[in-house]
Amino acid sequence: MSASSISDIKLDQEKLHQLDDFIDGMSNQKGELISILHKAQEIFGYLPKELQQHIAKKLNIPVSKVYGVVSFYSFFNMEPKGEHPISVCMGTACYVRGAEKVLNEFKKQLNLEVGETTPDGKFSLLSLRCVGACGLAPVVMVGEKVYGHVTPEMVKEIIKEYK
Amino acid sequence: MSKYKMHVLVCGGTGCISSESEKIVKNIQECLIQHKLEEEVQVVQTGCFGFCEKGPIVKVLPDNTFYVQVKPDDAIEIVEEHIVKGRKVDRLLYKDPGSKKAIEDSKHMDFYKKQMRIALRNCGFVNPNNIEEYIARNGYYALGKVLTEMTPEQVIDEIKKSGLRGRGGGGFPTGLKWEFSRKSKSDKKYVVCNADEGDPGAFMDRSILEGDPHSIVEAMAICGYAIGADEGKVYIRAEYPLAIQRLQKAMNDAEEYGFLGDHILGTDFSFHIEIRYGAGAFVCGEETALIHSMEGERGEPTIKPPFPSESGFWGKPTNVNNVETFANIPIILLKGADWFRKIGTKKSPGTKVFALAGKINNVGLIEVPMGTTLREVIFDIGGGIKDGKKFKAVQTGGPSGGCLTEKDLDTPIDFDTLVEKGSMMGSGGMIVMDEDDCMPSVAKFYLEFTEEESCGKCTPCRIGTKRLSELLKKITSGQGTEAHLQELRRLSVVIKETALCGLGQTAPNPVLSTLNNFEEEYIAHVKDHQCPAGQCTALLQYKIDPETCVGCTVCARVCPVNAITGERKKPHSIDQKICIKCGSCYDRCPTHAIEKR
Repeated sequence: MSASSISDIKLDQEKLHQLDDFIDGMSNQKGELISILHKAQEIFGYLPKELQQHIAKKLNIPVSKVYGVVSFYSFFNMEPKGEHPISVCMGTACYVRGAEKVLNEFKKQLNLEVGETTPDGKFSLLSLRCVGACGLAPVVMVGEKVYGHVTPEMVKEIIKEYK
Repeated sequence: MSKYKMHVLVCGGTGCISSESEKIVKNIQECLIQHKLEEEVQVVQTGCFGFCEKGPIVKVLPDNTFYVQVKPDDAIEIVEEHIVKGRKVDRLLYKDPGSKKAIEDSKHMDFYKKQMRIALRNCGFVNPNNIEEYIARNGYYALGKVLTEMTPEQVIDEIKKSGLRGRGGGGFPTGLKWEFSRKSKSDKKYVVCNADEGDPGAFMDRSILEGDPHSIVEAMAICGYAIGADEGKVYIRAEYPLAIQRLQKAMNDAEEYGFLGDHILGTDFSFHIEIRYGAGAFVCGEETALIHSMEGERGEPTIKPPFPSESGFWGKPTNVNNVETFANIPIILLKGADWFRKIGTKKSPGTKVFALAGKINNVGLIEVPMGTTLREVIFDIGGGIKDGKKFKAVQTGGPSGGCLTEKDLDTPIDFDTLVEKGSMMGSGGMIVMDEDDCMPSVAKFYLEFTEEESCGKCTPCRIGTKRLSELLKKITSGQGTEAHLQELRRLSVVIKETALCGLGQTAPNPVLSTLNNFEEEYIAHVKDHQCPAGQCTALLQYKIDPETCVGCTVCARVCPVNAITGERKKPHSIDQKICIKCGSCYDRCPTHAIEKR
């Protein structure tokens, strides 16, 4: 995490209540940290420092433990994603069918590295491991929409759809 | 299913849904209503047919007509021509790539001829959201038989006799595992289904859960009875929303029908299942890491023993099996261990599901008896290499496996033969590569994966995979030396011998197997600074053939760094010192005058 991204932000109170209700509703909080983080990310979209602190306090565990779990799993994000997250599948099937070239084209077109978001917050670029649609390789996902048999030439058109 | 005269099965696997198969279902249904046929023709959204290459798939029963690459707009034609008038829609039928003839009945397709479906018996056949269709295919019959006619010991004996081995990768005898869990004394035990399919390029477990979730629910309950557990957990990737949704529905329905919950089928046996989400960590496929993750911790493995069968989830005896292993259980108990043993090889009975992908004509999900050769899988079922290219290697076992070559093609596939050849079964990913794939780059791809996925607990894996990956980066970018090759070997052996868990111990396999099978390719990279496959950009040189160049200036205009000069209508040339090897000129030259070497 860069220094700027951990500057204090204010969490939405209503969303916090929603999360607290979820945590309070659990019969046994022991061992539920990952389920709680899934819920928190579902509500907030990502897991900023403040949210991790809140969860630690609520569960009466050290923040280091929460951070340890968040940073261990690739599913959890500590930075907000763009409005249209673009995920290029880098599973083996997609890789051998040219996913790297597709990813490079997205990098070039959006002027982003993997994990970054455009300054206007519109796009973020991610790589993921296998969506299980290997018949369509190489695969790109924009939000929930899946694009199959993607070539570097198609990249411009795909981005255009969301501009 | 009896009141309907015809059934239209539409694939609802992830690949086909991505190609709008849900819209096909909707359009067919609407069209049937227009023709007042909704009472006579049933539209069923099934699990994966396996033939993902040509998805979305639509199959019409009873005549087994197999339509491929169907678009939502084709729905009207299928209904009006095929269903109303009885004329098959020729243009949508699968064409045999050899004879170019349309094949009407899927039974005659090469893709299906050599397959044998046990774990996938219901995938692409039943509606996964309808418990009654599963029951109609003898679903939950094995559970009933086990609970009323067999003791737990008899169940374990039957599984032991069948010779079933764990399909998740290790190939450990399932019956033996169950016996260990049975013998552990405790007030509480757990059954865990490992559905954290992390191997990139593998989608077997996902397809089973999406296509036949009840078989997993049934098998877990049987396992619970056999080992003496009343609670089950399915540890599943959060990235599999469709599988989660269908499994949850299956669990709810099973409970309503009395196949799950308290006093199953009126007996004293109670069993509950809960879903736990993974969060994207490859190492969690290792059973001790998986258990720590289920406890809400970082998914780091611990040294075995103690094995989970003695001390697992919350320190209680826990039996972990993967999805495909469970999918085999009900049918073994129904048809008997002797039936199962007759399939496959002596040491690896039964079948194996493979996710066939890469440079192959028929990408898809297949199931073959153990002992089938790689050649049969790749060339008969898989339809050979794409675009008429030459076969180079097949990678099995994912990041823990290795690359096999031409000389291994006639090897009968089973757990032991693949290990002997320097690879492994793994969970069943099978990636085919052709002459354009560079083997050091493939090794680099896998090592970057394990480097990223190493949990960091033990040094050989944490630092060793990083060093391996750095060496491979050097080799593929033209900075490699022959000493690097020796270092690769030495380090690989050290990691194999000293890493804590399966992930680290097998991580060097992609390096060693490519080094052993394609040593000359590595040498070309480090000695001649050339990439024979033409894939490593840093080692490439683009050159313009003055004979073919017509001086159209296209290349000079597309070059982003102005490395190309030349007068109009005269041969151009590339300044190698400026060229960044982006390939733009190569892609755009209208006369193919630019060579890549």
